[in-house]
Amino acid sequence: MQNYTGVDYFNMDELLSEDEIMVRDSVRDFVSAEIIPIIEEYNRESKFPHQLISKMAELSLFGITLPQKYGCAGMNSVVYGLAMQELERGDSGIRSFVSVQSSLVMYPIYTFGSEAQKDFWLPKLASGEKIGCFGLTEPDFGSNPGGMITKAEKVDGGYLLNGAKMWITNGTLADIAVVWAKLDGKVKGFLVEKGTKGFTAPEMKGKHSLRASVTSELIFDNVFIPEENLLPNSDGLKSPLMCLNQARYGIAWGVVGSMMACYDSALNYAKSRIQFGKPIAGFQMTQEKLVYFLTEITKAQLLNLQLGRLKDNGKLRFQQVSMAKRNNCEIALTVARMSREILGANGILDEYPVMRHAANLESVKTYEGTHEMHTLIIGEDITGLPAFS
Amino acid sequence: MKIAVCVNHVPDTATKIKVGPDGKKIDTIGVTYIVNPYDEYAIEEGLKLKEKISGTVYVIGLGGDSHKESLKKALAMGADEGILLKTDQDFDSVTVAKLLAEEIKSLGCEVVFTGKQSIDFDNSATGQMISEFLGFNCVSNVVSLTIENGSLEAEREIEGGREVVKTTFPAVITAQKGINEPRYASLKGIMAAKKKVITEKSVAQSTSKTKSLGLRLPAPKNPGRILGSDAEAIKELVKLLREEAKVI
Repeated sequence: MQNYTGVDYFNMDELLSEDEIMVRDSVRDFVSAEIIPIIEEYNRESKFPHQLISKMAELSLFGITLPQKYGCAGMNSVVYGLAMQELERGDSGIRSFVSVQSSLVMYPIYTFGSEAQKDFWLPKLASGEKIGCFGLTEPDFGSNPGGMITKAEKVDGGYLLNGAKMWITNGTLADIAVVWAKLDGKVKGFLVEKGTKGFTAPEMKGKHSLRASVTSELIFDNVFIPEENLLPNSDGLKSPLMCLNQARYGIAWGVVGSMMACYDSALNYAKSRIQFGKPIAGFQMTQEKLVYFLTEITKAQLLNLQLGRLKDNGKLRFQQVSMAKRNNCEIALTVARMSREILGANGILDEYPVMRHAANLESVKTYEGTHEMHTLIIGEDITGLPAFS
Repeated sequence: MKIAVCVNHVPDTATKIKVGPDGKKIDTIGVTYIVNPYDEYAIEEGLKLKEKISGTVYVIGLGGDSHKESLKKALAMGADEGILLKTDQDFDSVTVAKLLAEEIKSLGCEVVFTGKQSIDFDNSATGQMISEFLGFNCVSNVVSLTIENGSLEAEREIEGGREVVKTTFPAVITAQKGINEPRYASLKGIMAAKKKVITEKSVAQSTSKTKSLGLRLPAPKNPGRILGSDAEAIKELVKLLREEAKVI
């Protein structure tokens, strides 16, 4: 197989540092060699490729931006974004695994955890020895997490947790769940360890999307959480929302990878598929689609890079993350669907990646803040009028 | 043990090569360069040896400033120090081998790993000639290497089979695909490489023994022909395969 060389119509590599390019290329090669050759099988059979965990840990893909003293790479947010982009060129489910481990498990432990929690968990999560998940969404509270029912009650030596979470990536796999629950009416974070009495995490089956990723329910039935497993610095709903902001940032980058995969597949197919005596790439309607893909990829790349630079300079506003997540997911889904059109009937086969990406992106557009919620976040920002409460 | 790995910086295998305006060099505009793929096996073998018996891995390149990119990748994979023998001149294999050998000698390395060939000019000669200049033992085209108690046992790929060769240090090993699976440069490795040094050295005045007169691209392939879409076409296809292509 020929090396995949990416999409860089606007010479954006000139805007990246040598290290950023080196990381991107290393993850790109990893995805080409280790993920793309196996992903269709795992997607078809709805299995998560466990063997990738240690390989991704060796590449130091977990907790990329966290300090080296915890066994992490200590690199910048642009590097994190580029890594997510490359992983999602492989599959959104694999990128989701890394996003959750990094942004929704390691980040909250790092940000809201005690020194003891950080010292114990972060190196194990960085090395892939332990897997984490993040429990915020509930069956009846998705876009409105503040309404959550899951409750913690103070008891002697700790807390008693009751409630249920849903749509939890990595839930069944996880050794540790970062769970958000109301304690005296205020949202706090708790570390719930696998095997704790009363805690179960059944896998949700029958997904048409993110099939190579594990999605679960988390059920808490009088689960005793020792005092030392409360995230001491978590403080209200803004704490989980800070985590989501990290994950959304990664998604904004990630879906560019999906677009790149679809564009590559559609372009190659269009150049080799002969109809009416010439490649379909020679027809105006196909060219219009391909040019649209390339233009949207380029725009999203520029949006992401500035988003990353703002994040690294500490100037990022969460509404900007919403705009990038909202735009890029919407466009990525459109690109995947239109790529399928270029591939015609062949597009529905798993010989090509486009239908898998299209199906995955249906989830990605909805999770970590739906398209609609991001619209309203930006809407409130520019009008001063919240439309959702 | 001091371990030397020679690394070349070559056009990506996906590159569509064009001859430059002077007719003697390739047009480098828009060309992406990579670590010579066979040298990646050499780097991995050097790192494995270091992990087994401890030591220092020196990666040595010869060429212009851009060669540092490949040396940096080797450092990110885990090599300890980089040395760039800096020159903008193009040398033939024997001159390259001589310059590399002099550097390896001054470093005091006891073992040298290189790829079995560079994928740009395909001379498949540098490793063997380095061993000759240094008076080292040499095993080329190695697909499996075992080092125990100072003795090297190597399997070489030869026409139709494998040859098993035993030798001792000091030695030059040229690596063939299959010898190992090169590791990826990890993010931590890339961070660690920032603290590692690439020493630039000027090369001694040298003259190549051979001179390249020019480059030529292969003749373009004839376009394909569609003979038809039903059974009738088979007769014609067989006829052409026999009479025109002369392959049956």
